[in-house]
Amino acid sequence: MPLIERHPILDFKHDGKVEFTFDGKAMEGFEGEPIAAALHSNGVKIYRETPEMKRPRGFFCAIGKCSSCFMVVDGVPNVRTCVTPLRRGMAVLTQRGRGSVSIAEGEARR
Amino acid sequence: MNPAVREAEILVVGGGAAGLCAAAEAAVAGARVLVLESDLHLGGQLVKQTHKFFGSKDEFAGTRGFKIAGKILDEMASCKDKIETVTNANVMGYYPEDGVVTVMVGEDEYFKVKPARIVMATGAQERLIAFPNNDLPGVYGAGAVQTLMNVYGVSPGDRVLMVGAGNIGLIVSYQLMQAGVQVAAILEAMPNIGGYWVHAAKIRRLGVPILLRHTIKAALGDVVVEGAIVRSLANGETFKIDCDIICLAVGLSPTAEILWQAGCEMKYVPELCGYVPIRNARQRTTNDDVWVAGDAAGIEEASSAMVEGRIAGLDAAASLGYEIDESRFGVYEERLKALRSGETASRIRAGLARVSANGFLGGMTSDGFQ
Repeated sequence: MPLIERHPILDFKHDGKVEFTFDGKAMEGFEGEPIAAALHSNGVKIYRETPEMKRPRGFFCAIGKCSSCFMVVDGVPNVRTCVTPLRRGMAVLTQRGRGSVSIAEGEARR
Repeated sequence: MNPAVREAEILVVGGGAAGLCAAAEAAVAGARVLVLESDLHLGGQLVKQTHKFFGSKDEFAGTRGFKIAGKILDEMASCKDKIETVTNANVMGYYPEDGVVTVMVGEDEYFKVKPARIVMATGAQERLIAFPNNDLPGVYGAGAVQTLMNVYGVSPGDRVLMVGAGNIGLIVSYQLMQAGVQVAAILEAMPNIGGYWVHAAKIRRLGVPILLRHTIKAALGDVVVEGAIVRSLANGETFKIDCDIICLAVGLSPTAEILWQAGCEMKYVPELCGYVPIRNARQRTTNDDVWVAGDAAGIEEASSAMVEGRIAGLDAAASLGYEIDESRFGVYEERLKALRSGETASRIRAGLARVSANGFLGGMTSDGFQ
């Protein structure tokens, strides 16, 4: 979906363009906007797949409460992409299932 | 990670309309305030509103919502040495045995804070309704749609079906059109429009049908929304509407988890849309250290949330011994009374009568409960 360029009341800055990847594909967004907003403006609506029924899930509440937009960001699963700011070079992956972190990865992050 | 427990005189949980007013009021009275906001920015629902508010002049009637947030932030800036704000900070728990509050910042940073007093201004969350495929990407809450388009300037889609003709459904439909998005129709299961006629009239003038006694039967699409089946509740007729977004504006519930954890006495009040804490006329709950304000105290609207926040902030500061002008309470009480005086507020009045610890619209005592 495109960015809103013309609005009768609001003035959007849309500055601070950064690159990131979604499932390995290069995309552009704006530094500090939620990852989910950046994906949406790139036309991406499916953010994860549920563990049991394999249902597609996307954006829903946008306030970090509903778990619908969980994704794997820089190797960390279950990131609330609607309230996590986009940073340059982030690697964002569709989350399939519950997500896991290996013990070695967990240790490395401490 | 710093294991030290931070101190705060007044912790305000939630940096929206109610929380910011509570913080401003308490800081002006002299208290040191910490505001924790889960979103990436302060202002709550105010920053998403492009329309001019009604309400009263004192709560900035005639000013567009997003500008009201700016005015309150300016007020806070006038005592910025007293107020600290942290965004992207979620309050995770309250431990009644020692009064410690745990906080998560972002996804993996934690700290603890031990406040002397807390104002809970946690707001509300959106309700979902049941229909096949309601989990498909493209079925979005109305607040989420507002965030995407009015905060981040991202168009949510090309053509939206709005479910619900209360004020949120009407206002967000108009905002969608401001953002250049087509609104296919607004569905409303009730036989009448729930929101203000002035909002409904703006939408009808733009040619969008408001289908009363109609509901959504199913969302269509394999992996994302491609349309919806709509059903008339009057004659059972069904038909298809083409859309790529289904926006749900079917009501809100108070965000009350942290109030439960704090041991506040709670009551289910349908008129206030869920479980809300019993409180006195100064917004103090049955936990002596905890106040409540805004939608967390019952779903209402932003103007009264701001006044409730001011009362809570002022009373919390007074309870710490800060000298305040007692007559302010009377002023704020009058404003609330005015905001809640109309026909449309009769439901709110009925709800409030059920949670008031000692007479909500009068007979205030500052020393809690009898």
